[in-house]
Amino acid sequence: MTEPALRVENIRKSFGDHEVLKGISMTAAKGDVVAILGASGSGKSTFLRCINLLETPSDGKVWLKGEEMRMTDRRGIRRPADLKQVERMRAKLAMVFQGFNLWSHMTVLENIIEGPVHVLGTPRREARDKAAALLAKVGLSDRADYYPAHLSGGQQQRVAIARALAMEPDVMLFDEPTSALDPELVGEVLAVMRALADEGRTMLVVTHEMAFARDVSTRTVFLHQGQVCEEGAPDDLFRNPQTQQFRAFLSRMN
Amino acid sequence: MDLLLEYREQLLAGLVTTVELALASLVLSVTLGLLGAWAKLSANRAANALAGAYTTVVRGVPDLVLIMLVFFGGQVTVNAIGTATGLWDYVEISQFVAGALTIGVIFGAYFTETFRGAILAIPRGQIEAGISTGMSRPLVFRRIIWPQMVRYAVPGFGNNWLVQLKTTALVSVIGLQDLVYNAFSAGRSTGALFTFMAAAFVIYLALTALSDLGLRALERRYSRGVVRA
Repeated sequence: MTEPALRVENIRKSFGDHEVLKGISMTAAKGDVVAILGASGSGKSTFLRCINLLETPSDGKVWLKGEEMRMTDRRGIRRPADLKQVERMRAKLAMVFQGFNLWSHMTVLENIIEGPVHVLGTPRREARDKAAALLAKVGLSDRADYYPAHLSGGQQQRVAIARALAMEPDVMLFDEPTSALDPELVGEVLAVMRALADEGRTMLVVTHEMAFARDVSTRTVFLHQGQVCEEGAPDDLFRNPQTQQFRAFLSRMN
Repeated sequence: MDLLLEYREQLLAGLVTTVELALASLVLSVTLGLLGAWAKLSANRAANALAGAYTTVVRGVPDLVLIMLVFFGGQVTVNAIGTATGLWDYVEISQFVAGALTIGVIFGAYFTETFRGAILAIPRGQIEAGISTGMSRPLVFRRIIWPQMVRYAVPGFGNNWLVQLKTTALVSVIGLQDLVYNAFSAGRSTGALFTFMAAAFVIYLALTALSDLGLRALERRYSRGVVRA
């Protein structure tokens, strides 16, 4: 049996007394596109951030291509056992943020080659060539020397996707990638994400775009109050919601 | 004018001392400022408390009091410790060392606040983007925090530096022969106080104008990617 690209088991997260995630498990095989839906406050962004340890989960395990991210307890606080391992795994778990988070003091090209050159140790020349190809892919070849402040939101997000791709990740994590965009700019970002799904990228996508979930995802997961409430093939799920919560959510979104 | 020329060596020596003192204390205060900002922003409670106490005490006491306290009290203390432990014989703290130490420590507190504010001005998401790319903490600091921190810190840094440069004039009260001390003593012995103090006035103004040029160059260099209003 081949190892799944990503497996997470029983992820829990509390902020103070408030338990945001109440034990979430999920598996993504290579090429899976998992759409994660849920009302605001359902914990979907926190869940994504727990996978690459931007938030440290209170409990639970993460495997990337069969390798477990080792955690330890020190003085009652859970933390990574080996920071080097976490850094290595994060490099293979690229994240695309709601707010783009491009580095504002670097040009588009510099943003894209930063990770390959300084984290992966790719020769600068090779990284530049690859960046050029990635910029062509997201349709921004003519913007290589621009600074992020001179780009529209949609263009910034496409650069952020190119920056993530430059790491040659095993799994891509999208945290509401279109939520901060003006409505007329959403389409260009979704088009790029569709293309990535078509070429077999493994993706976890937290989103409010119902059409994207329905048409592009191989599996849709609905989170409610920190737990998986419904999950399955998008066709079944959208046509035939099983729970009151998901029905209510769908009617609010339409 | 002839009078100034006659005393030019004394004025020049004073100028050199002033500049040396300002630069030595600047190095110390920038170092303390970076450490202080790190301590204030760290998750470590003890570091927070220590840095908090440092900035509160130093910013709450007049500079002159601290300078005299260190120069007159510091020597006594150091020698008391030396005698008690037998580790060193009589030590004399020079006016220069006392002045540079005290001014460095005082302005370290102001730089702490400047650097802390500059780090906080960097959008948190850009740091998270670095972390999620697999960067180590030192790499995040060097590639993402430092270049942007400098940009946000330049205006406050410039302010601090100008005040620091002028504060060096206070060391003349502990007898260090800086620009003010030498101009004043030349003025007194020739009876032309106004002439010599006017010369000091012009020299300080030239120093601050020069600093301004340097600061502007620094700001230009670290303003990559900034949209100007």
